[in-house]
Amino acid sequence: MIISTYFILLILVLIIFSIFAKGIKAISWEMLTSVPSGGYYYGKGGGILNAILGSLSLAFGATLLAFIIGLPVALYMNAFLVQKKKLVGVIRFILDLVWGIPSIVYGAFGFSMMIFLGIQTSLLAGILTVTLFILPIMIRSMDEVLRTIPTGLIEASYSLGSNKSEVAFKIFTRQSVSGIITAILLSFGRAIGDAASVLFTAGYTDNLPNSLMEPVATLPLSIFFQLASPVPEVQNRAYASALVLTLIILIVSVLSRGLGKKYHKTKINF
Amino acid sequence: MYILNRNQRHRVNYTWMIISLLLVASLPFLLFSGLYIKSFLLLHDYRLSDLLFSREWRPGSGKFGFYPFIVGSIWVTLLAMLFSAPVCLLTAIYVTHYTKKRFLRIMHPAIDILAGIPSVVYGVWGILAIVPFISNYLGPLFGVSTLGYSILAAALVLSIMIVPFVLNILIEVFQAVPKELEEATLSLGATKWQAMKHVILKKSLPGIIAAFGFGLARAFGETMAVLMVVGNVVKLPKSVFDPGYTLPALIANNYGEMLSIPKYESALMFAALILLAVSLFFNLIMHFFIARYNKY
Repeated sequence: MIISTYFILLILVLIIFSIFAKGIKAISWEMLTSVPSGGYYYGKGGGILNAILGSLSLAFGATLLAFIIGLPVALYMNAFLVQKKKLVGVIRFILDLVWGIPSIVYGAFGFSMMIFLGIQTSLLAGILTVTLFILPIMIRSMDEVLRTIPTGLIEASYSLGSNKSEVAFKIFTRQSVSGIITAILLSFGRAIGDAASVLFTAGYTDNLPNSLMEPVATLPLSIFFQLASPVPEVQNRAYASALVLTLIILIVSVLSRGLGKKYHKTKINF
Repeated sequence: MYILNRNQRHRVNYTWMIISLLLVASLPFLLFSGLYIKSFLLLHDYRLSDLLFSREWRPGSGKFGFYPFIVGSIWVTLLAMLFSAPVCLLTAIYVTHYTKKRFLRIMHPAIDILAGIPSVVYGVWGILAIVPFISNYLGPLFGVSTLGYSILAAALVLSIMIVPFVLNILIEVFQAVPKELEEATLSLGATKWQAMKHVILKKSLPGIIAAFGFGLARAFGETMAVLMVVGNVVKLPKSVFDPGYTLPALIANNYGEMLSIPKYESALMFAALILLAVSLFFNLIMHFFIARYNKY
């Protein structure tokens, strides 16, 4: 038992260590701040700024959209449907089902949706697909926090004469700021790391993202494509890109812990 | 600017909520019907059993046999589960019953980070570590010459990827077992391990099965990491050192070519439909197990 526990921790350290060890050698300032120039994929100069910015804008867009759709659903389930336990159970069940669907299925669906709506591979299509993909994650993690809000607080605000949506948007959201931030960052991390769903929909380009209707490069795909190259220098760059992606994920993870703790203090305790 | 009064604001918020809720609730249905419509072209022309069990995959001449991909997927998934399940189970028992509470505080961030690492990074790590390990050490040890890109490599990478999912559920399951049960067993003179084996494991069996089921579903649909290390050869694998091909990898690899042949596109959408159906099916069954577990 002890062996298996430490084995898991060891594997985690090994993964992080090998990504760092390989990536740190190949990473350079130029790589982070320039777009691929001609012949980049044969080992010539350039960088992965297109992929970094592309991934960030894609993840920001998708997280924002998922938040706009997800927050009201989570609030509705907990503020409006408190009496209907069965219905809430069914909604949670559907969300869990959707959560389990592999991201490549979202990619394929996003692709057929794209054709149906008549849009090209673009940032917009990528954002829409990734939004669908992270929606269940976002809603379920907000839901987990919202359901712990004490009934006393809700009853107190009703007794002061507020209506249901005021309770939802003014009381629930404030009481669970830390949980909502954690949910957002969790979804953001998922959105930025996923490759299978953007493979069909966001496309790939060497340019910086400048319009919603143009294809956009993403970090996971740039790692994947660079690794497929036979040129060792390009492969090294893939390791460096993997390091960049891992760093972003780690930063997001640390942020979500830190911010979660910070805003925990604003809670009213009973 | 006209400012809405309370009741109007309430109505706006309410509509916003209902629309979002309907959108989310219809998501599985939308996914399923969207993919079904797309794969209808293929389903119309071929029998379902032919598609699933025929071995020939030649899209150019209109032969779509998904059997090698399905077998590849099943091999990879089951092997990954085989490696991962005992480690997860033992770890979960250890951290919930044999160590101090403090240890969980180290374990939780570790699990979170493992869960957060993108699958591409796992793939990179697989190429860096697992693939050379198999071709240089494990292959010669068993007397097989292999490039390393194999079913086994994919299974090893996957087995680590599903650890955080399975472990998280297992830890929750074990923590949900009432403390009194263990104490009662110990007071009857059982050793700690006996209490573990005969009472706690027995009590949480449905939960454990559910955890493994979720892990299985997760492993079945994993794309990028598997795609990078599995070798991608359309052939029925004979041993774990052979390269293989999985359903998600099939979709991801061929998206560029599929637009040239309409049936090809339809076939890939059918592959996505299979994945969706398997994932929904597994999750349904596991929720049933969890529901039974909660009833006790």
